[in-house]
Amino acid sequence: MSHRRLIPADATSHSRIVGAVHSAILGAMLGAIFAAAQPAPAQSGNLTLPSSIEAGGAFSVTSSGSGKGTLYIVGLGQAIKREVQLGETTVFAAGTLYNAGNYQVILIGDGTDVTESLAVKPAAQPADVSFLAKPSRLPVRLQGGITGAVYVFDAYENLITAPLPVNFDLTGPAGGTQTRTVISRDGAAWAEMNSTDHQGNDKFVARIGNVSSARIIGQVPGDPCGLKMTASPNRGEVKLETAPIRDCSGNAVPDGTVVTFTEAYNGLESTVDVPIKRGIAEVEMPAHSGAVISVASGVVMGNQIRWERQ
Amino acid sequence: MRKAALAFGAIFAVASVTAAAQATVRVEPTHLDGPRALAEQTEQGAIRDYLESWKTMRAALNQNQPALLNADFVGTAKDKLTQTIHEQAAAGIHTRYTDKAHDLQIVFYSPEGLSIQLQDTVDYEVQVFDHDKSLSIRQVHARYIVVLTPAEVRWRVRVLQADTQ
Repeated sequence: MSHRRLIPADATSHSRIVGAVHSAILGAMLGAIFAAAQPAPAQSGNLTLPSSIEAGGAFSVTSSGSGKGTLYIVGLGQAIKREVQLGETTVFAAGTLYNAGNYQVILIGDGTDVTESLAVKPAAQPADVSFLAKPSRLPVRLQGGITGAVYVFDAYENLITAPLPVNFDLTGPAGGTQTRTVISRDGAAWAEMNSTDHQGNDKFVARIGNVSSARIIGQVPGDPCGLKMTASPNRGEVKLETAPIRDCSGNAVPDGTVVTFTEAYNGLESTVDVPIKRGIAEVEMPAHSGAVISVASGVVMGNQIRWERQ
Repeated sequence: MRKAALAFGAIFAVASVTAAAQATVRVEPTHLDGPRALAEQTEQGAIRDYLESWKTMRAALNQNQPALLNADFVGTAKDKLTQTIHEQAAAGIHTRYTDKAHDLQIVFYSPEGLSIQLQDTVDYEVQVFDHDKSLSIRQVHARYIVVLTPAEVRWRVRVLQADTQ
């Protein structure tokens, strides 16, 4: 904590407005007139304070002179007013000034009128991480399908703008872990991950030092792969039944996924949408000799069968 | 003479108010760190809403009215400004911020689209009052780190922090 000693500025560097004003415009008018027309108020004394502190750190402000005064510390993050004894040191305990930002330190006393600046820096130690992960659910084997972004905060919810290494770990259902280490910039960092081969839950963790935040990402099977059906006669109709439907990683495609059977015969086409039940899809369609029957699910085509009279 | 001084004062006051309402705004080309493209409309909306937030912040801090923050601030930024206003009111203080110039650049659009980070190098004047007595006027040049998050129809300021590093 470096200290400096400051001599109060005169009216050439600080405009002073004296007197009560009752509106913003009138205040500006009077301020301009008085600042130009009146001599600077008599000033004495000075102010010794650190140029910067860490958020929540203890610090002290020392003034010279004698008598009573009022010390103000004012910024966007906090406003503090203390009655002080000029010529003494005023101690601000740890945790008093903790919101990062720029503050004016103003000392007003009998013949004393000093203003100085004080910067409050975010604490160096991360205490909280705001972690946004997307999506909450996605198909397996998607390159760059998972993204995570973090903002890093200290214990006082100040954004830590100094660069920090942020680790992103994605642990898949089968146990493998992808890791990325990213240096934060102005308190923010992000990473992209791939969904893995197996359906289930991924644990996506962002970690900075001892602070971490986790999100669960659901991996669902991808599109069916190698969709295949068989046909057999059944009471004058043709019974169509798929093999157990799986994605390209071997995960069972969930029940309820729609499978489409299409029969083309004599220039006509009939289509039946069937949900997967217990891992397969089945349907009965009219048995037209010479009909061409195909199966598909979404954009994935399966095999094709030409049905001949049995 | 007095009449002339008042006339000058009035002109100055009008000029001051006009300047406060029309801070110079410079928007640097977006330099994004992230995979998500930023649509021009989104960029314009975020900047418009951020600049609007300075107006409400000015009014809230000058009038010690935290409710004015509701439209433009959320989360940490709103909590901290609200706390400041309560502290100001308790101490009999109010502050008049006059932003004169903004130099803005959007630097991060999070992949899921739920936050935009921008940096703003601001020139502003801050005047501190104890009741009606002006204590200090300072010209400040500072870089702010800002995080915006989307609300129903606008972007709101979630983090507003001077870069003191």
